[in-house]
Amino acid sequence: MNIVVCVKQVPDTSDPDTEVHIDSTGRGVDESKFSFVINDADNYAVEEAIRLKEKHGGEVTVVNIGPEGANQVIRMALAKGGNSAIRLFDEKFAFSDIVATARILHSAIKDLSYDIVMTGCMASDDGFAAVGVTLAQMLGIPHAAMVKHVEVIDEKKLKVGRELEGGLMEMLEIEIPCLLTIQTGINEPRYASFKGIREASKKEIKLMDLSAAGLGDDMVGEAGSVAVMKQYSVPEVGELAEMLEGDAGETSTKLAQILKEKGLV
Amino acid sequence: MNFELTEEQKLFKESIRDFASGEIAPVIDEYEEKQEFPYEIQRKMAGLGLFGLPFPEEYGGCGADFVTYAIAVEEIARVSASLAITVAAHTSLGSLTILVSGTEEQKKKWLVPLAKGEMLGAFGLTEPEAGSDAGATKTTAELSGDEWVINGTKCFITNSGTDISKIVTITAVTGMTGGKKEISNIIVPHGTPGFTVAPAYRKMGWHCSDTHELSFSDCRVPKENLLGERGKGFKAFLKALDCGRVGVAALSLGLASACLDESVKYAKERHQFGKPIGKNQAISFKCADMLMEIELARLATYKAAWCADEGRVYSREASIAKLFASETAMRAANMAVQIHGGYGYIEDYPVCRYFRDAKILEIGEGTSEIQRIVLARSLGL
Repeated sequence: MNIVVCVKQVPDTSDPDTEVHIDSTGRGVDESKFSFVINDADNYAVEEAIRLKEKHGGEVTVVNIGPEGANQVIRMALAKGGNSAIRLFDEKFAFSDIVATARILHSAIKDLSYDIVMTGCMASDDGFAAVGVTLAQMLGIPHAAMVKHVEVIDEKKLKVGRELEGGLMEMLEIEIPCLLTIQTGINEPRYASFKGIREASKKEIKLMDLSAAGLGDDMVGEAGSVAVMKQYSVPEVGELAEMLEGDAGETSTKLAQILKEKGLV
Repeated sequence: MNFELTEEQKLFKESIRDFASGEIAPVIDEYEEKQEFPYEIQRKMAGLGLFGLPFPEEYGGCGADFVTYAIAVEEIARVSASLAITVAAHTSLGSLTILVSGTEEQKKKWLVPLAKGEMLGAFGLTEPEAGSDAGATKTTAELSGDEWVINGTKCFITNSGTDISKIVTITAVTGMTGGKKEISNIIVPHGTPGFTVAPAYRKMGWHCSDTHELSFSDCRVPKENLLGERGKGFKAFLKALDCGRVGVAALSLGLASACLDESVKYAKERHQFGKPIGKNQAISFKCADMLMEIELARLATYKAAWCADEGRVYSREASIAKLFASETAMRAANMAVQIHGGYGYIEDYPVCRYFRDAKILEIGEGTSEIQRIVLARSLGL
């Protein structure tokens, strides 16, 4: 069971004090104020891929689009049990939308021998939740999104569970090869051991730029995108909003008063 | 000069930080409250290699450097000083002594399970009447035929009474040479008749670390349990103590960092007189001082660990790091409680535990006073 798992590095927002500021171009954020970590859902995808490998054999290839700094995220996935990795980077990749992003991933994955391609179901920074399914379309393979259960039936088929609203689990069979976008909570991701980390330093991270990916200038970045990001902005506080200030005791008292006045309680 | 951690060190730091916040933080208060040793967490920590970091792979260890070891202890201590001292005492005192002085057979028999974290390492030096004055050791071991017959008492021994505490290495007087006590190290397996482990101490802090008084009454162990040369026990122990001091420095660093994190968080949340208390310089300057001292303690600690990795003599660096970092931790804990006001004095806020956990750092593995003696002597005074 050969598995390709796509991982993205995203700003670490686990610390509530992380400050996100729009940079001077208005199309990016000031990256000096935070560190990068693996996207949460991708972390679960890595774990699921490694568990399947441990149970059924095969290899796990980690694929990433990112600058050199993304190596930390890739090495951590390798330390947990990934076998090898591909990192795609070219300055021309900047401002790629989901279609261009999927195209870049596709260029590296299409020539690999895989049974399953996994992505996280959504990136915590841009929240599109669309690269996985777009990639499936480009690879010409079936997909299942928001997957919270994976079971191998035989060499040709998987049984997967999709998490729906209201706690419903939709069970379906899907043919191999296929693409699964993995939902958080599907497993308990492991922590990398020291030995795993040392092993990871010996594993290969293959680099691919635009030409190695076999793509043209017009297929990536803004030129290759169907949606172009124009500007970030912080929503202004609306006139109808009242911000309650003070400590927890004061604000809860004020809130109770307002709810009472409006006849809501 | 390069202050950058290696990629391996950075990754391990991140992994241990995630592990500590994901696996230790959610459950540690319960263990602390019950004063119960957290076997489940210890087992998981062993799986990450935390009990064998600086030991060679051939003896079940990770083959990591001491800087990595210091980083790991620091990260664990940010969440639990109890677990950090469990690792530190196990590594530097309980296990390193066997690596440094053990025979090949002793290393295979004891170091391998220790490094894998299947067993916890313990070292018994302190006695009721021999603390800083280790030369006052009264415990005796007399050679009788093929056995050492041990009599005496050891106190404050970390890791000595858990279900996975299988041996303790003790210092004992094995005779007199030229009017001086001849001190040797001897490995005593748990369960040996005459070896009794007293119930756990009720300590001010470190509530789920395991600490006991041990007594030996005509306790017989095989002659080959002598660790290192007869009469060289004290010297071997001092060597382990240098590493032990780096471990306590790293622990102090982690605890002090936790004090700062909680203080900054609280200073932003807590409002008095219509603004966050952190907007008052009386509070923000305390945090600034903590930040500065922690950074200096970190430099001293990593430098001592680096010296150990370089194979240099590092007694002075280890003493400086231990002394400065432990006093930094105590000051940080004191300021953290002060910043929290009344809330800092109740167990609902973690700084209350940090304060209780900090004091021992100025005492264990050589008191602050002993460190100053070491440093003064190094100046020829």
